[in-house]
Amino acid sequence: MQNKKRFSFKNLTQISGFSSFSSALMAILLGLVFGFIVMLIAIPGNALAGFQHVVLGGFNRIADVFYFATPILMTGLAVGFAFKMGLFNIGASGQYTMGMFFALYVGFMWNLSGSMHWIAAILAGMLGGMLWGFIPGIFKALLNVNEVITSIMFNYIGMYLVDMLIQGNSLMYISTKARTNYLPSDVQIPSLGISGSNVNFGIVFAIIISIILYIVLQKTTFGYELKATGFNKNASKYAGMKGKSNIIITMIIAGGLAGLGGAFAILAPSAIEGSSMTYEPINIIAANGFTGIAVALLGNSHPIGIIFSSVFISHIQRGGTLASLVGYKPEIIDVVIAVIIYFSAFAMIMNSALARFVKNRLKKKDSDHGASESEKTQIDFNEVNYKTKEAE
Amino acid sequence: MENYIIEMLNITKKFPGIIANDNITLKLKKGEIHALLGENGAGKSTLMSVLFGLYQAENGEIRKNGKVVRINNPNDANTLGIGMVHQHFKLVEIFTVLENIILGVEPNKMGFLEKKEARKRVIELSERYGLKVDPDALIEDITVGMQQRVEILKMLYRDNEILIFDEPTAVLTPQEIKELLQIMKEFAQEGKSILFITHKLNEIMEVADRCTVLRKGKYVGTVNVKDTTKEELSKMMVGRDISFSVDKKEANVGEIVLSVKNLTVSSKTHKNNAVKNVTFDVRAGEIVCLAGIEGNGQTEFVNALTGLEKPNSGIIKLCGKDMTKSSIRQRSINGMSHIPEDRQKHGLVLDYKLEENLVLQRYWQPEFQRRGFIKFDSVRKYAEKLIKKYDIRSGQGSSTIVRSMSGGNQQKAIVAREIDKEHQLLIAVQPTRGLDVGAIEYVHKQLIKRRDAGKAVFIVSLELEEVMNVSDRILVIYEGEIVGELNPKTTTVEELGLYMSGAKRDVVKEISDAE
Repeated sequence: MQNKKRFSFKNLTQISGFSSFSSALMAILLGLVFGFIVMLIAIPGNALAGFQHVVLGGFNRIADVFYFATPILMTGLAVGFAFKMGLFNIGASGQYTMGMFFALYVGFMWNLSGSMHWIAAILAGMLGGMLWGFIPGIFKALLNVNEVITSIMFNYIGMYLVDMLIQGNSLMYISTKARTNYLPSDVQIPSLGISGSNVNFGIVFAIIISIILYIVLQKTTFGYELKATGFNKNASKYAGMKGKSNIIITMIIAGGLAGLGGAFAILAPSAIEGSSMTYEPINIIAANGFTGIAVALLGNSHPIGIIFSSVFISHIQRGGTLASLVGYKPEIIDVVIAVIIYFSAFAMIMNSALARFVKNRLKKKDSDHGASESEKTQIDFNEVNYKTKEAE
Repeated sequence: MENYIIEMLNITKKFPGIIANDNITLKLKKGEIHALLGENGAGKSTLMSVLFGLYQAENGEIRKNGKVVRINNPNDANTLGIGMVHQHFKLVEIFTVLENIILGVEPNKMGFLEKKEARKRVIELSERYGLKVDPDALIEDITVGMQQRVEILKMLYRDNEILIFDEPTAVLTPQEIKELLQIMKEFAQEGKSILFITHKLNEIMEVADRCTVLRKGKYVGTVNVKDTTKEELSKMMVGRDISFSVDKKEANVGEIVLSVKNLTVSSKTHKNNAVKNVTFDVRAGEIVCLAGIEGNGQTEFVNALTGLEKPNSGIIKLCGKDMTKSSIRQRSINGMSHIPEDRQKHGLVLDYKLEENLVLQRYWQPEFQRRGFIKFDSVRKYAEKLIKKYDIRSGQGSSTIVRSMSGGNQQKAIVAREIDKEHQLLIAVQPTRGLDVGAIEYVHKQLIKRRDAGKAVFIVSLELEEVMNVSDRILVIYEGEIVGELNPKTTTVEELGLYMSGAKRDVVKEISDAE
């Protein structure tokens, strides 16, 4: 009986899906433990109550969790998808900001009626992101410039460019309030109709896009080439795959995903009648882009995994804001999230460490078991030897 | 009563989906060279890993000098005097030879390294066995042969008396092999016991005293090498008769398939050209072999031929079409198949499944995709057909991750893929490197079959025997130039060797004229 159980567990640890899931879980757990320690140090008396808010608070605001998950799901996909090809797209922030700007531009400057308007704005956002992915992509493909460097620089270029363009446009920008004007209501993505929350169709689109990406990666020749290139660049070249154009296409898609994230964020409907989301050109790089890196890491760059990791990170972010009720600064939750990000970066290492730990435990049991057996065989052998001697 | 230094009794080791060692017994006498022979994936390396403590056997026991011992890790093995030279060396590239040798047993005084004594000993050992290793050279700067000697010195430095060599000659040049075998003999004379994993029968006949044969994880038998023949050994190993001379009919030569004119390729490592003004043709129905010592421009030449690298000048024509500037995919479509030199670097995506690797050159064809979607059921069906036809062995069939397959079966997968693909020209670079005789015979048969089917076959090989047996025509490359064209029927191995080492050369004119 016991034997059976042990073997099934052994098999379980060998499935790769399980191991990436277990490593993500491990990362989260460790992150939470450290987060708790940080809270304990900050305000010892309220740590338990605060921690409870962090872990469980999000459940009271499920709709908001999904609302805030939308943009980081998209930037997470932008990072994860490129990573499948072996590209580290650290420029999701810039692509996200460009997407936001393109969406805003269509929202303010184009006169379209009805739902055409928000659809056009979303597509424009995608285009903006694509453009900002395309440039590092073409640098990488044709000039072999490291995409990490170009995309970091394009984060700044994109951000300053957008801030400049917005500030210079009197239709979009209200200088007295240092933010953009309210968007017309027909540019806002339809709400899902949950009262008190901004959650909208953006999350539905984002999940559909994740599933499409999953299909692209698993079922298409493009996905086959992309993963092959990510695994072994030389072999993909040997097989006649067009490495350069694949790099460009991948970066365009990744940029488009982040751009969509920006569009989903800025075009979200506001729960308050007559208002909308606004953009403040204050020279800050969009944090959602970097959160996307964490989301992708935690989701192991798997489109479906990224859905869950984005919801999780959004969940603790929501819970974190509630911790302020018991006196915690919102920065504490940033520390907790940072710790989780830190540990998820080591997820792969911990993954193998965990697997080895489990294996060793099992082996120990095995060898303890085996020892008695070998003793037995030893006796058998003595008998055999004895017999052969006799025969001689 | 025999005096055995090591006895491995009834060893059984299982891996998921495969029994790597099934009740294997191996007894090593003191002072003998004991060869361990078997096909790729027969379980030789696994058995040695059990002895070295890298794996623990599920069943069976190990005795040293008659006493039962437990070897849980390589440190245990080391204390018992067991040392191992792995197939892939375990050296720190940026350390010196000396630093690598003392790694793990660093002599120190209060935590400070004391290299002086160690250095003296290393030099002394190196001189005693004629290893000629410079203790201060960096590992990354010395040749593979020298690196192997560092591994040997590591064992000597640790006073190991049982030395395991895991396919030591696979990476060496013929000259280095000779020297290594000599060194091994000296060790044995001094009373050290050697376990020698190989599938090169010539080497066994030359140095080994006894030989244990494994087949598909099972023990076949142990024989005295004096009392046996190569044929008998190979029969034990493969389970059937193996012919060493390759049977083939007269070549039925047809049209020119590949025509190379004045091809020059620059080198990545030095300023001179790696390939200089090479001109030759390969015709349908013949096997042309490019022979040469490693590093004489073969790699660069093949890269230019297959499109992995751009040539400086020259023309490559395939079936009359100029392919000099064509992409790799275009060359492939126009009938070029390529068995690459480095199977793990170029030939396979190791993290892909076997079935995905088997369609690596064909996944875009209508047979396997429709509107950009891969038809996975067709892929699987095709993969299963190839696995059966070409006898590719793996733990979980077509869905095995290729990384977990044995080297020989990885090579078989590549051969199967390239041969089964529509082609006019088959380029095979060291197609039998690291394969056992059974697999070598198999690959050779396949190559000849291709020839007889009217395809042009172009082989690049370092193995003299292969060159002599398989080819219809031999081209010898030396320092990037074709220095001779030989007929395998009229030439000798010695003559071929002279050409390969640059001691002899012809002025080769237009070879197409000579045809």
